[in-house]
Amino acid sequence: MAGEIVDGFIQAIQLIMTGNPEVMRITLLSLEISLAATFLSALISIPAGALLYYHEFFGKRVLVNILQTLYALPTVLAGLLLFLLISHQGPLGFLSLLYTPYGMVIAQMILVLPLITGLTFSTLNGTDPAIRSTVLSLGATKLQSMGTLILETRFGILAAVILGFGRAISEVGAAMIIGGNIRGYTRVLTTAISLETSIGDFALAIALGIILLGVAVLVNIVLNLVQSGSVLKNTWTS
Amino acid sequence: MNVIEAEGLTKRYGEREILREISLSVPAGRIFGLIGPSGAGKSTLLRLLDLLEAPTGGRLSILGEDALPMSSRFQLRRRMGMLHQKPVIFNRTVHENIAIGLKYRHESRDRIESRVRDALREIDLPGYSPRPARTLSGGEAQRVALARALVTDPEILFLDEPTANLDPPSAENLEEIILRLNREKGMTIVMSTHDMLQGQRLAGSIGVLMGGRLTQVGNSLEIFQRPASKDIARFVRVENILNGLVTENIAGEVIVDVSGKIFRAVAPLQPGERVNLLFRAEDVTIDLAGGMKSSARNVFPGKIKRLVTLRPVVQVVIDCGIEITALVTASSAEDLGLSEGKEVRVSVKATAIHVLPET
Repeated sequence: MAGEIVDGFIQAIQLIMTGNPEVMRITLLSLEISLAATFLSALISIPAGALLYYHEFFGKRVLVNILQTLYALPTVLAGLLLFLLISHQGPLGFLSLLYTPYGMVIAQMILVLPLITGLTFSTLNGTDPAIRSTVLSLGATKLQSMGTLILETRFGILAAVILGFGRAISEVGAAMIIGGNIRGYTRVLTTAISLETSIGDFALAIALGIILLGVAVLVNIVLNLVQSGSVLKNTWTS
Repeated sequence: MNVIEAEGLTKRYGEREILREISLSVPAGRIFGLIGPSGAGKSTLLRLLDLLEAPTGGRLSILGEDALPMSSRFQLRRRMGMLHQKPVIFNRTVHENIAIGLKYRHESRDRIESRVRDALREIDLPGYSPRPARTLSGGEAQRVALARALVTDPEILFLDEPTANLDPPSAENLEEIILRLNREKGMTIVMSTHDMLQGQRLAGSIGVLMGGRLTQVGNSLEIFQRPASKDIARFVRVENILNGLVTENIAGEVIVDVSGKIFRAVAPLQPGERVNLLFRAEDVTIDLAGGMKSSARNVFPGKIKRLVTLRPVVQVVIDCGIEITALVTASSAEDLGLSEGKEVRVSVKATAIHVLPET
Protein backbone atom coordinates (compact mmCIF):
# COMPACT_ATOMS: atom_id res chain seq x y z
CA MET A 1 0.00 0.00 0.00
CA ALA A 2 2.77 2.39 0.98
CA GLY A 3 4.52 1.65 -2.31
CA GLU A 4 1.33 2.33 -4.22
CA ILE A 5 1.00 5.74 -2.62
CA VAL A 6 4.61 6.65 -3.41
CA ASP A 7 4.20 5.40 -6.98
CA GLY A 8 0.94 7.29 -7.22
CA PHE A 9 2.64 10.48 -6.14
CA ILE A 10 5.46 10.09 -8.63
CA GLN A 11 3.06 9.40 -11.46
CA ALA A 12 0.83 12.25 -10.35
CA ILE A 13 3.71 14.72 -10.53
CA GLN A 14 4.50 13.38 -13.99
CA LEU A 15 0.89 13.83 -15.08
CA ILE A 16 0.90 17.43 -13.94
CA MET A 17 4.36 18.27 -15.29
CA THR A 18 3.69 16.77 -18.70
CA GLY A 19 0.38 18.59 -18.95
CA ASN A 20 -1.68 15.44 -19.28
CA PRO A 21 -4.73 16.39 -21.42
CA GLU A 22 -7.20 14.58 -19.19
CA VAL A 23 -5.90 16.36 -16.09
CA MET A 24 -5.92 19.69 -17.88
CA ARG A 25 -9.44 19.21 -19.24
CA ILE A 26 -10.85 18.30 -15.82
CA THR A 27 -9.07 21.19 -14.14
CA LEU A 28 -10.20 23.70 -16.73
CA LEU A 29 -13.81 22.55 -16.61
CA SER A 30 -13.74 22.70 -12.83
CA LEU A 31 -12.47 26.26 -12.89
CA GLU A 32 -14.96 27.29 -15.57
CA ILE A 33 -17.98 25.92 -13.75
CA SER A 34 -17.02 27.21 -10.32
CA LEU A 35 -15.91 30.61 -11.57
CA ALA A 36 -19.16 30.96 -13.52
CA ALA A 37 -21.19 29.94 -10.49
CA THR A 38 -19.28 32.36 -8.26
CA PHE A 39 -19.47 35.23 -10.72
CA LEU A 40 -23.20 34.84 -11.33
CA SER A 41 -23.83 34.46 -7.61
CA ALA A 42 -21.85 37.62 -6.87
CA LEU A 43 -23.93 39.53 -9.42
CA ILE A 44 -27.07 38.56 -7.57
CA SER A 45 -25.78 38.33 -4.00
CA ILE A 46 -23.96 41.63 -3.61
CA PRO A 47 -27.00 43.75 -4.54
CA ALA A 48 -29.20 41.37 -2.55
CA GLY A 49 -26.98 41.76 0.51
CA ALA A 50 -27.08 45.54 0.05
CA LEU A 51 -30.87 45.54 -0.26
CA LEU A 52 -31.07 43.50 2.90
CA TYR A 53 -28.86 46.05 4.66
CA TYR A 54 -30.89 49.00 3.41
CA HIS A 55 -34.34 47.76 4.24
CA GLU A 56 -36.04 47.02 7.49
CA PHE A 57 -38.89 44.57 7.19
CA PHE A 58 -40.73 42.01 9.20
CA GLY A 59 -38.79 38.76 9.37
CA LYS A 60 -35.44 40.28 8.39
CA ARG A 61 -33.66 38.74 11.33
CA VAL A 62 -35.11 35.34 10.55
CA LEU A 63 -34.06 35.67 6.92
CA VAL A 64 -30.51 36.52 7.96
CA ASN A 65 -30.49 33.52 10.27
CA ILE A 66 -31.69 31.27 7.47
CA LEU A 67 -28.97 32.59 5.16
CA GLN A 68 -26.35 31.93 7.79
CA THR A 69 -27.67 28.41 8.32
CA LEU A 70 -27.41 27.81 4.58
CA TYR A 71 -23.67 28.58 4.71
CA ALA A 72 -23.43 24.99 5.94
CA LEU A 73 -26.07 23.48 3.67
CA PRO A 74 -24.82 19.95 2.88
CA THR A 75 -23.86 19.89 -0.77
CA VAL A 76 -25.57 16.56 -1.46
CA LEU A 77 -28.77 18.05 -0.15
CA ALA A 78 -28.48 20.98 -2.55
CA GLY A 79 -27.82 18.43 -5.28
CA LEU A 80 -30.83 16.34 -4.33
CA LEU A 81 -33.10 19.37 -4.20
CA LEU A 82 -32.03 20.57 -7.61
CA PHE A 83 -32.20 17.03 -9.00
CA LEU A 84 -35.86 16.80 -7.99
CA LEU A 85 -36.51 20.10 -9.74
CA ILE A 86 -34.71 19.47 -13.01
CA SER A 87 -34.96 15.73 -13.48
CA HIS A 88 -37.15 14.71 -16.39
CA GLN A 89 -40.20 14.26 -14.20
CA GLY A 90 -39.46 17.42 -12.23
CA PRO A 91 -41.23 20.76 -12.71
CA LEU A 92 -38.23 22.21 -14.54
CA GLY A 93 -37.41 19.03 -16.41
CA PHE A 94 -38.20 20.62 -19.77
CA LEU A 95 -35.07 22.75 -19.44
CA SER A 96 -32.90 19.62 -19.82
CA LEU A 97 -30.33 20.85 -17.34
CA LEU A 98 -29.64 17.53 -15.67
CA TYR A 99 -26.18 16.10 -16.38
CA THR A 100 -25.01 19.34 -18.00
CA PRO A 101 -22.37 21.86 -16.88
CA TYR A 102 -25.20 24.45 -16.73
CA GLY A 103 -27.01 22.36 -14.19
CA MET A 104 -23.78 22.15 -12.18
CA VAL A 105 -23.38 25.93 -12.29
CA ILE A 106 -26.88 26.28 -10.88
CA ALA A 107 -26.18 23.67 -8.21
CA GLN A 108 -23.06 25.51 -7.07
CA MET A 109 -24.92 28.81 -7.15
CA ILE A 110 -27.42 27.37 -4.67
CA LEU A 111 -24.48 26.74 -2.36
CA VAL A 112 -22.74 30.08 -2.95
CA LEU A 113 -25.66 32.52 -3.10
CA PRO A 114 -26.53 32.43 0.60
CA LEU A 115 -22.87 32.67 1.53
CA ILE A 116 -22.09 35.80 -0.48
CA THR A 117 -25.45 37.41 0.31
CA GLY A 118 -25.08 36.80 4.03
CA LEU A 119 -21.47 37.89 4.19
CA THR A 120 -22.16 41.02 2.11
CA PHE A 121 -24.93 41.90 4.53
CA SER A 122 -22.69 41.31 7.57
CA THR A 123 -19.89 43.35 6.04
CA LEU A 124 -22.18 46.30 5.35
CA ASN A 125 -23.89 45.91 8.69
CA GLY A 126 -20.52 46.09 10.41
CA THR A 127 -19.65 49.46 8.90
CA ASP A 128 -19.92 52.72 10.79
CA PRO A 129 -23.52 53.97 10.36
CA ALA A 130 -22.00 57.42 9.88
CA ILE A 131 -20.87 56.34 6.41
CA ARG A 132 -24.44 55.78 5.33
CA SER A 133 -25.66 59.11 6.64
CA THR A 134 -22.68 60.95 5.19
CA VAL A 135 -23.46 59.50 1.78
CA LEU A 136 -27.08 60.54 2.21
CA SER A 137 -26.14 64.07 3.24
CA LEU A 138 -23.97 64.38 0.14
CA GLY A 139 -27.10 63.95 -1.95
CA ALA A 140 -26.91 60.33 -3.08
CA THR A 141 -29.94 58.50 -4.40
CA LYS A 142 -30.55 55.14 -2.83
CA LEU A 143 -28.81 53.37 -5.71
CA GLN A 144 -25.80 55.73 -5.59
CA SER A 145 -25.63 55.24 -1.86
CA MET A 146 -25.51 51.45 -2.25
CA GLY A 147 -22.79 51.76 -4.88
CA THR A 148 -20.64 53.93 -2.63
CA LEU A 149 -21.11 51.65 0.34
CA ILE A 150 -20.23 48.54 -1.65
CA LEU A 151 -17.11 50.29 -2.93
CA GLU A 152 -16.18 51.32 0.60
CA THR A 153 -16.47 47.74 1.82
CA ARG A 154 -14.94 46.21 -1.31
CA PHE A 155 -12.28 44.25 0.60
CA GLY A 156 -14.82 42.56 2.83
CA ILE A 157 -17.14 41.82 -0.05
CA LEU A 158 -14.35 40.48 -2.22
CA ALA A 159 -13.39 38.19 0.63
CA ALA A 160 -16.97 36.91 0.66
CA VAL A 161 -16.79 36.21 -3.09
CA ILE A 162 -13.50 34.36 -2.69
CA LEU A 163 -14.94 32.24 0.09
CA GLY A 164 -17.86 31.49 -2.21
CA PHE A 165 -15.50 30.29 -4.91
CA GLY A 166 -13.73 28.10 -2.39
CA ARG A 167 -17.01 26.44 -1.47
CA ALA A 168 -17.97 25.96 -5.13
CA ILE A 169 -14.72 24.40 -6.35
CA SER A 170 -14.32 22.05 -3.42
CA GLU A 171 -17.84 20.60 -3.25
CA VAL A 172 -18.49 17.13 -4.61
CA GLY A 173 -22.02 16.13 -3.67
CA ALA A 174 -24.01 18.44 -5.91
CA ALA A 175 -21.56 18.16 -8.79
CA MET A 176 -21.89 14.41 -8.72
CA ILE A 177 -25.68 14.28 -8.51
CA ILE A 178 -26.37 17.04 -11.05
CA GLY A 179 -23.37 16.62 -13.34
CA GLY A 180 -23.23 12.85 -13.32
CA ASN A 181 -19.43 12.85 -13.72
CA ILE A 182 -19.54 12.43 -17.51
CA ARG A 183 -16.03 12.29 -18.84
CA GLY A 184 -15.05 15.35 -20.84
CA TYR A 185 -18.39 17.00 -20.20
CA THR A 186 -19.26 17.24 -16.52
CA ARG A 187 -16.29 15.58 -14.88
CA VAL A 188 -14.66 18.04 -12.49
CA LEU A 189 -11.79 17.76 -10.00
CA THR A 190 -13.82 16.56 -7.06
CA THR A 191 -16.01 14.07 -8.92
CA ALA A 192 -12.99 12.73 -10.81
CA ILE A 193 -11.04 12.20 -7.59
CA SER A 194 -13.99 10.37 -6.16
CA LEU A 195 -14.28 8.10 -9.19
CA GLU A 196 -10.57 7.42 -9.69
CA THR A 197 -10.19 6.57 -6.03
CA SER A 198 -13.02 4.06 -6.20
CA ILE A 199 -11.59 2.34 -9.28
CA GLY A 200 -8.07 2.34 -7.85
CA ASP A 201 -6.35 4.78 -10.25
CA PHE A 202 -4.54 6.55 -7.47
CA ALA A 203 -2.07 8.36 -9.70
CA LEU A 204 -4.79 10.38 -11.43
CA ALA A 205 -6.71 10.89 -8.17
CA ILE A 206 -3.61 12.17 -6.41
CA ALA A 207 -2.68 14.44 -9.33
CA LEU A 208 -6.16 15.98 -9.30
CA GLY A 209 -6.01 16.18 -5.53
CA ILE A 210 -2.78 18.12 -5.67
CA ILE A 211 -4.30 20.55 -8.13
CA LEU A 212 -7.43 20.98 -6.01
CA LEU A 213 -5.28 21.57 -2.97
CA GLY A 214 -3.26 24.05 -4.99
CA VAL A 215 -6.42 25.94 -5.90
CA ALA A 216 -7.47 25.94 -2.25
CA VAL A 217 -4.08 27.25 -1.18
CA LEU A 218 -4.22 29.93 -3.85
CA VAL A 219 -7.70 30.98 -2.76
CA ASN A 220 -6.48 31.18 0.80
CA ILE A 221 -3.48 33.28 -0.14
CA VAL A 222 -5.59 35.70 -2.17
CA LEU A 223 -8.09 35.87 0.67
CA ASN A 224 -5.37 36.74 3.14
CA LEU A 225 -4.00 39.41 0.86
CA VAL A 226 -7.45 40.88 0.37
CA GLN A 227 -8.18 40.88 4.06
CA SER A 228 -4.94 42.57 4.90
CA GLY A 229 -5.84 44.82 2.00
CA SER A 230 -2.22 45.21 1.01
CA VAL A 231 -2.20 44.27 -2.66
CA LEU A 232 -5.49 45.81 -3.67
CA LYS A 233 -5.10 48.93 -1.58
CA ASN A 234 -1.83 49.74 -3.23
CA THR A 235 -3.05 49.15 -6.75
CA TRP A 236 -6.18 51.10 -5.95
CA THR A 237 -4.49 54.20 -4.74
CA SER A 238 -1.42 54.30 -6.90
CA MET B 1 -37.03 84.87 5.01
CA ASN B 2 -36.54 81.99 7.39
CA VAL B 3 -34.71 79.13 5.71
CA ILE B 4 -35.47 76.83 8.62
CA GLU B 5 -38.82 76.85 10.30
CA ALA B 6 -39.48 74.12 12.84
CA GLU B 7 -42.55 73.80 15.01
CA GLY B 8 -43.06 71.29 17.78
CA LEU B 9 -40.39 68.98 16.39
CA THR B 10 -40.19 65.76 18.38
CA LYS B 11 -37.99 62.70 17.97
CA ARG B 12 -38.45 59.42 19.76
CA TYR B 13 -36.51 56.18 19.45
CA GLY B 14 -38.94 53.65 20.83
CA GLU B 15 -39.78 54.85 24.31
CA ARG B 16 -36.83 57.20 24.51
CA GLU B 17 -37.64 60.82 23.75
CA ILE B 18 -34.56 62.54 22.34
CA LEU B 19 -36.10 65.83 21.25
CA ARG B 20 -39.23 67.40 22.58
CA GLU B 21 -41.32 70.13 21.01
CA ILE B 22 -38.52 72.03 19.35
CA SER B 23 -39.65 75.26 17.74
CA LEU B 24 -37.01 77.20 15.93
CA SER B 25 -36.59 79.59 13.07
CA VAL B 26 -33.35 80.51 11.39
CA PRO B 27 -33.30 83.45 8.98
CA ALA B 28 -31.29 83.27 5.77
CA GLY B 29 -27.67 84.27 6.12
CA ARG B 30 -27.52 83.71 9.86
CA ILE B 31 -24.99 81.69 11.84
CA PHE B 32 -27.04 79.82 14.38
CA GLY B 33 -25.17 78.13 17.20
CA LEU B 34 -26.59 75.21 19.10
CA ILE B 35 -25.06 74.71 22.51
CA GLY B 36 -25.84 72.20 25.20
CA PRO B 37 -24.29 69.40 27.20
CA SER B 38 -23.43 66.12 25.50
CA GLY B 39 -26.44 63.93 25.04
CA ALA B 40 -28.79 66.91 24.92
CA GLY B 41 -29.85 66.01 21.39
CA LYS B 42 -27.76 68.47 19.35
CA SER B 43 -26.65 65.91 16.76
CA THR B 44 -30.14 64.47 16.47
CA LEU B 45 -31.59 67.93 15.88
CA LEU B 46 -29.03 68.62 13.17
CA ARG B 47 -29.87 65.27 11.57
CA LEU B 48 -33.55 66.15 11.55
CA LEU B 49 -32.87 69.54 10.00
CA ASP B 50 -30.53 68.06 7.37
CA LEU B 51 -33.35 65.59 6.60
CA LEU B 52 -31.20 62.58 7.38
CA GLU B 53 -33.86 61.39 9.77
CA ALA B 54 -37.56 62.03 9.96
CA PRO B 55 -39.06 63.54 13.11
CA THR B 56 -41.61 61.58 15.10
CA GLY B 57 -43.84 64.62 15.29
CA GLY B 58 -44.04 68.31 14.50
CA ARG B 59 -43.69 70.43 11.42
CA LEU B 60 -40.60 71.41 9.49
CA SER B 61 -40.07 73.63 6.53
CA ILE B 62 -36.71 74.08 4.86
CA LEU B 63 -35.93 76.78 2.29
CA GLY B 64 -39.61 77.63 2.18
CA GLU B 65 -40.77 74.12 1.39
CA ASP B 66 -42.53 71.58 3.54
CA ALA B 67 -39.71 69.19 4.39
CA LEU B 68 -41.75 66.28 5.70
CA PRO B 69 -43.11 64.60 2.56
CA MET B 70 -40.72 62.01 1.18
CA SER B 71 -41.09 63.55 -2.28
CA SER B 72 -39.45 66.83 -1.29
CA ARG B 73 -36.80 65.54 1.12
CA PHE B 74 -34.34 64.26 -1.46
CA GLN B 75 -34.23 67.46 -3.52
CA LEU B 76 -34.02 69.62 -0.39
CA ARG B 77 -31.21 67.49 0.96
CA ARG B 78 -29.25 68.20 -2.19
CA ARG B 79 -29.44 71.92 -1.39
CA MET B 80 -27.80 71.45 2.02
CA GLY B 81 -24.50 70.20 3.36
CA MET B 82 -23.27 68.69 6.60
CA LEU B 83 -19.92 68.39 8.29
CA HIS B 84 -19.52 65.96 11.14
CA GLN B 85 -17.27 66.12 14.17
CA LYS B 86 -15.44 63.01 13.01
CA PRO B 87 -15.95 63.12 9.27
CA VAL B 88 -16.27 59.94 7.28
CA ILE B 89 -13.45 59.90 4.76
CA PHE B 90 -13.97 57.43 1.95
CA ASN B 91 -11.20 54.99 1.29
CA ARG B 92 -10.32 56.60 -2.02
CA THR B 93 -8.27 59.51 -3.21
CA VAL B 94 -8.74 63.06 -1.96
CA HIS B 95 -10.06 63.97 -5.41
CA GLU B 96 -12.68 61.22 -5.38
CA ASN B 97 -13.73 62.22 -1.88
CA ILE B 98 -14.35 65.82 -2.83
CA ALA B 99 -15.97 65.00 -6.16
CA ILE B 100 -18.48 62.49 -4.83
CA GLY B 101 -21.40 64.90 -4.31
CA LEU B 102 -20.90 66.32 -7.81
CA LYS B 103 -20.85 62.82 -9.27
CA TYR B 104 -24.10 62.02 -7.50
CA ARG B 105 -25.53 65.07 -9.24
CA HIS B 106 -24.19 63.93 -12.62
CA GLU B 107 -22.14 67.07 -13.16
CA SER B 108 -19.91 67.12 -16.24
CA ARG B 109 -16.36 65.92 -15.93
CA ASP B 110 -14.96 69.38 -16.74
CA ARG B 111 -17.05 71.03 -14.09
CA ILE B 112 -16.06 68.43 -11.51
CA GLU B 113 -12.38 68.94 -12.33
CA SER B 114 -12.51 72.69 -11.98
CA ARG B 115 -14.67 72.63 -8.84
CA VAL B 116 -12.36 70.14 -7.12
CA ARG B 117 -9.30 72.14 -8.11
CA ASP B 118 -10.83 75.35 -6.71
CA ALA B 119 -11.93 73.58 -3.56
CA LEU B 120 -8.45 72.18 -2.91
CA ARG B 121 -7.03 75.65 -3.26
CA GLU B 122 -9.64 77.10 -0.92
CA ILE B 123 -8.85 74.61 1.83
CA ASP B 124 -5.17 75.14 1.24
CA LEU B 125 -4.37 71.59 0.11
CA PRO B 126 -3.41 72.07 -3.53
CA GLY B 127 -1.69 69.06 -5.06
CA TYR B 128 -3.41 66.67 -2.67
CA SER B 129 -5.76 65.37 -5.37
CA PRO B 130 -4.22 61.91 -5.98
CA ARG B 131 -3.43 61.14 -2.35
CA PRO B 132 -5.22 58.33 -0.57
CA ALA B 133 -7.54 60.28 1.70
CA ARG B 134 -7.15 57.90 4.62
CA THR B 135 -3.55 59.00 5.04
CA LEU B 136 -4.51 62.59 5.89
CA SER B 137 -4.11 64.08 9.36
CA GLY B 138 -7.21 64.92 11.40
CA GLY B 139 -7.17 68.57 10.45
CA GLU B 140 -6.59 67.84 6.77
CA ALA B 141 -9.35 65.23 6.75
CA GLN B 142 -11.72 67.75 8.32
CA ARG B 143 -10.87 70.28 5.61
CA VAL B 144 -11.38 67.69 2.86
CA ALA B 145 -14.76 66.81 4.37
CA LEU B 146 -15.65 70.51 4.42
CA ALA B 147 -14.59 70.93 0.79
CA ARG B 148 -16.66 67.86 -0.08
CA ALA B 149 -19.72 69.45 1.51
CA LEU B 150 -19.07 72.83 -0.11
CA VAL B 151 -18.42 71.94 -3.76
CA THR B 152 -22.15 71.42 -4.26
CA ASP B 153 -22.87 75.01 -3.13
CA PRO B 154 -25.21 74.25 -0.24
CA GLU B 155 -27.64 76.97 0.78
CA ILE B 156 -27.57 75.75 4.37
CA LEU B 157 -24.50 74.21 5.97
CA PHE B 158 -24.78 72.12 9.13
CA LEU B 159 -21.71 71.68 11.28
CA ASP B 160 -21.80 69.13 14.07
CA GLU B 161 -19.11 70.05 16.60
CA PRO B 162 -16.79 70.87 13.72
CA THR B 163 -13.71 71.70 15.75
CA ALA B 164 -14.07 69.27 18.63
CA ASN B 165 -11.30 66.99 17.37
CA LEU B 166 -8.96 69.63 16.03
CA ASP B 167 -5.86 71.21 17.48
CA PRO B 168 -6.17 74.95 18.22
CA PRO B 169 -4.58 76.24 14.98
CA SER B 170 -6.72 73.92 12.83
CA ALA B 171 -9.80 74.92 14.78
CA GLU B 172 -9.02 78.59 14.28
CA ASN B 173 -8.47 77.98 10.58
CA LEU B 174 -11.85 76.27 10.30
CA GLU B 175 -13.57 79.08 12.20
CA GLU B 176 -12.15 81.58 9.73
CA ILE B 177 -13.46 79.54 6.81
CA ILE B 178 -16.90 79.35 8.43
CA LEU B 179 -17.03 83.10 8.97
CA ARG B 180 -15.85 83.75 5.42
CA LEU B 181 -18.50 81.46 3.92
CA ASN B 182 -21.14 83.27 5.87
CA ARG B 183 -19.92 86.79 5.06
CA GLU B 184 -18.95 86.33 1.43
CA LYS B 185 -21.53 83.84 0.23
CA GLY B 186 -24.28 84.62 2.69
CA MET B 187 -24.49 80.95 3.52
CA THR B 188 -26.79 80.06 6.39
CA ILE B 189 -24.88 78.02 8.93
CA VAL B 190 -26.25 75.95 11.76
CA MET B 191 -23.57 74.61 14.05
CA SER B 192 -23.52 72.71 17.27
CA THR B 193 -20.71 73.23 19.70
CA HIS B 194 -19.97 72.60 23.30
CA ASP B 195 -17.32 75.32 23.17
CA MET B 196 -19.25 78.30 24.44
CA LEU B 197 -16.57 80.75 23.47
CA GLN B 198 -16.79 79.46 19.93
CA GLY B 199 -20.54 79.92 20.08
CA GLN B 200 -20.01 83.53 21.10
CA ARG B 201 -17.33 84.15 18.48
CA LEU B 202 -19.25 82.78 15.55
CA ALA B 203 -22.94 82.68 16.14
CA GLY B 204 -25.34 85.57 15.59
CA SER B 205 -27.88 83.69 17.60
CA ILE B 206 -27.62 80.78 19.95
CA GLY B 207 -30.04 78.12 21.00
CA VAL B 208 -29.51 76.20 24.22
CA LEU B 209 -30.55 72.57 24.03
CA MET B 210 -30.91 70.77 27.35
CA GLY B 211 -32.46 67.38 27.87
CA GLY B 212 -34.01 67.43 24.41
CA ARG B 213 -35.66 70.82 24.83
CA LEU B 214 -34.68 74.13 23.36
CA THR B 215 -34.64 76.06 26.60
CA GLN B 216 -33.48 79.44 25.38
CA VAL B 217 -32.80 81.19 22.09
CA GLY B 218 -31.12 84.54 21.87
CA ASN B 219 -27.96 86.42 21.02
CA SER B 220 -24.85 85.57 22.95
CA LEU B 221 -25.24 88.49 25.37
CA GLU B 222 -28.69 87.27 26.34
CA ILE B 223 -27.59 83.69 26.78
CA PHE B 224 -24.46 84.43 28.74
CA GLN B 225 -25.64 87.35 30.86
CA ARG B 226 -29.29 86.53 31.25
CA PRO B 227 -29.70 82.77 31.12
CA ALA B 228 -33.32 81.72 31.34
CA SER B 229 -32.81 79.06 33.99
CA LYS B 230 -30.42 77.93 36.68
CA ASP B 231 -29.45 74.93 34.54
CA ILE B 232 -28.55 77.14 31.60
CA ALA B 233 -26.66 79.44 33.97
CA ARG B 234 -24.62 76.49 35.20
CA PHE B 235 -24.01 75.30 31.67
CA VAL B 236 -22.80 78.68 30.43
CA ARG B 237 -20.65 78.80 33.55
CA VAL B 238 -22.18 81.63 35.46
CA GLU B 239 -19.95 81.28 38.50
CA ASN B 240 -22.14 83.07 40.99
CA ILE B 241 -25.56 81.59 41.53
CA LEU B 242 -27.07 82.74 44.82
CA ASN B 243 -30.40 82.00 46.35
CA GLY B 244 -32.37 84.76 48.09
CA LEU B 245 -35.67 86.38 48.98
CA VAL B 246 -37.02 89.64 47.58
CA THR B 247 -37.75 91.96 50.51
CA GLU B 248 -38.53 95.21 48.74
CA ASN B 249 -39.18 96.63 45.29
CA ILE B 250 -38.41 100.32 44.96
CA ALA B 251 -39.23 101.61 41.49
CA GLY B 252 -37.99 98.51 39.74
CA GLU B 253 -34.98 98.02 41.96
CA VAL B 254 -35.35 94.98 44.15
CA ILE B 255 -33.67 94.35 47.45
CA VAL B 256 -32.77 90.70 47.85
CA ASP B 257 -31.73 89.07 51.06
CA VAL B 258 -29.14 86.33 50.50
CA SER B 259 -28.35 84.68 53.85
CA GLY B 260 -28.34 88.05 55.56
CA LYS B 261 -26.44 89.89 52.83
CA ILE B 262 -28.42 92.56 51.02
CA PHE B 263 -28.16 92.70 47.22
CA ARG B 264 -29.67 95.29 44.94
CA ALA B 265 -30.66 94.32 41.45
CA VAL B 266 -33.08 95.33 38.72
CA ALA B 267 -36.16 93.16 38.26
CA PRO B 268 -39.94 93.53 38.17
CA LEU B 269 -40.51 91.23 41.12
CA GLN B 270 -42.55 91.63 44.28
CA PRO B 271 -41.46 91.14 47.90
CA GLY B 272 -41.79 87.58 49.14
CA GLU B 273 -40.62 85.93 45.94
CA ARG B 274 -37.72 83.48 46.11
CA VAL B 275 -35.13 84.19 43.47
CA ASN B 276 -31.75 83.19 42.13
CA LEU B 277 -29.22 85.92 41.60
CA LEU B 278 -26.87 85.22 38.71
CA PHE B 279 -23.76 87.16 37.86
CA ARG B 280 -20.57 86.33 36.06
CA ALA B 281 -17.21 86.35 37.82
CA GLU B 282 -15.85 88.90 35.36
CA ASP B 283 -18.54 91.35 36.54
CA VAL B 284 -17.21 91.19 40.10
CA THR B 285 -14.48 93.66 40.95
CA ILE B 286 -12.04 93.35 43.83
CA ASP B 287 -10.30 96.13 45.64
CA LEU B 288 -8.41 96.24 48.86
CA ALA B 289 -10.33 96.64 52.09
CA GLY B 290 -10.43 100.30 53.13
CA GLY B 291 -9.76 101.60 49.66
CA MET B 292 -11.76 104.16 47.69
CA LYS B 293 -15.49 104.00 48.00
CA SER B 294 -17.00 102.03 45.14
CA SER B 295 -19.85 103.38 43.04
CA ALA B 296 -21.37 99.94 42.80
CA ARG B 297 -24.46 99.22 44.85
CA ASN B 298 -23.42 95.83 46.11
CA VAL B 299 -20.23 95.97 48.13
CA PHE B 300 -19.14 93.27 50.55
CA PRO B 301 -16.03 92.86 52.64
CA GLY B 302 -14.52 89.40 52.73
CA LYS B 303 -11.48 87.23 52.92
CA ILE B 304 -9.83 85.44 49.98
CA LYS B 305 -10.43 81.76 50.30
CA ARG B 306 -8.86 80.42 47.12
CA LEU B 307 -6.90 81.62 44.09
CA VAL B 308 -6.83 79.67 40.85
CA THR B 309 -4.48 80.94 38.20
CA LEU B 310 -5.79 80.37 34.67
CA ARG B 311 -3.46 82.64 32.73
CA PRO B 312 -4.04 85.32 31.66
CA VAL B 313 -6.68 85.52 34.39
CA VAL B 314 -6.99 84.55 38.01
CA GLN B 315 -10.14 83.18 39.56
CA VAL B 316 -10.60 84.41 43.10
CA VAL B 317 -13.05 82.90 45.55
CA ILE B 318 -13.91 85.27 48.36
CA ASP B 319 -15.70 84.36 51.54
CA CYS B 320 -18.03 87.23 52.40
CA GLY B 321 -20.26 85.10 54.57
CA ILE B 322 -21.44 83.83 51.22
CA GLU B 323 -18.96 82.73 48.59
CA ILE B 324 -18.46 85.04 45.64
CA THR B 325 -16.21 84.25 42.69
CA ALA B 326 -14.39 86.98 40.85
CA LEU B 327 -12.19 86.98 37.80
CA VAL B 328 -9.29 89.43 37.56
CA THR B 329 -6.35 89.67 35.22
CA ALA B 330 -3.16 88.09 36.45
CA SER B 331 -1.41 91.45 36.40
CA SER B 332 -4.04 93.20 38.49
CA ALA B 333 -4.00 90.28 40.93
CA GLU B 334 -0.31 90.94 41.28
CA ASP B 335 -0.75 94.69 41.65
CA LEU B 336 -3.32 94.16 44.37
CA GLY B 337 -1.07 91.55 45.98
CA LEU B 338 -3.92 89.07 46.21
CA SER B 339 -3.20 86.01 48.29
CA GLU B 340 -5.12 83.52 50.34
CA GLY B 341 -6.44 84.94 53.60
CA LYS B 342 -6.15 88.55 52.43
CA GLU B 343 -8.96 90.94 53.38
CA VAL B 344 -10.59 92.48 50.32
CA ARG B 345 -13.79 94.14 49.21
CA VAL B 346 -15.88 92.84 46.33
CA SER B 347 -18.44 94.81 44.40
CA VAL B 348 -21.03 93.98 41.78
CA LYS B 349 -23.13 96.48 39.86
CA ALA B 350 -26.86 96.12 40.33
CA THR B 351 -27.32 96.01 36.57
CA ALA B 352 -24.87 93.11 36.21
CA ILE B 353 -27.06 90.85 38.32
CA HIS B 354 -29.64 88.75 36.55
CA VAL B 355 -32.58 87.93 38.77
CA LEU B 356 -34.36 84.70 38.07
CA PRO B 357 -37.53 83.73 39.96
CA GLU B 358 -37.17 80.34 41.61
CA THR B 359 -39.27 77.75 39.88
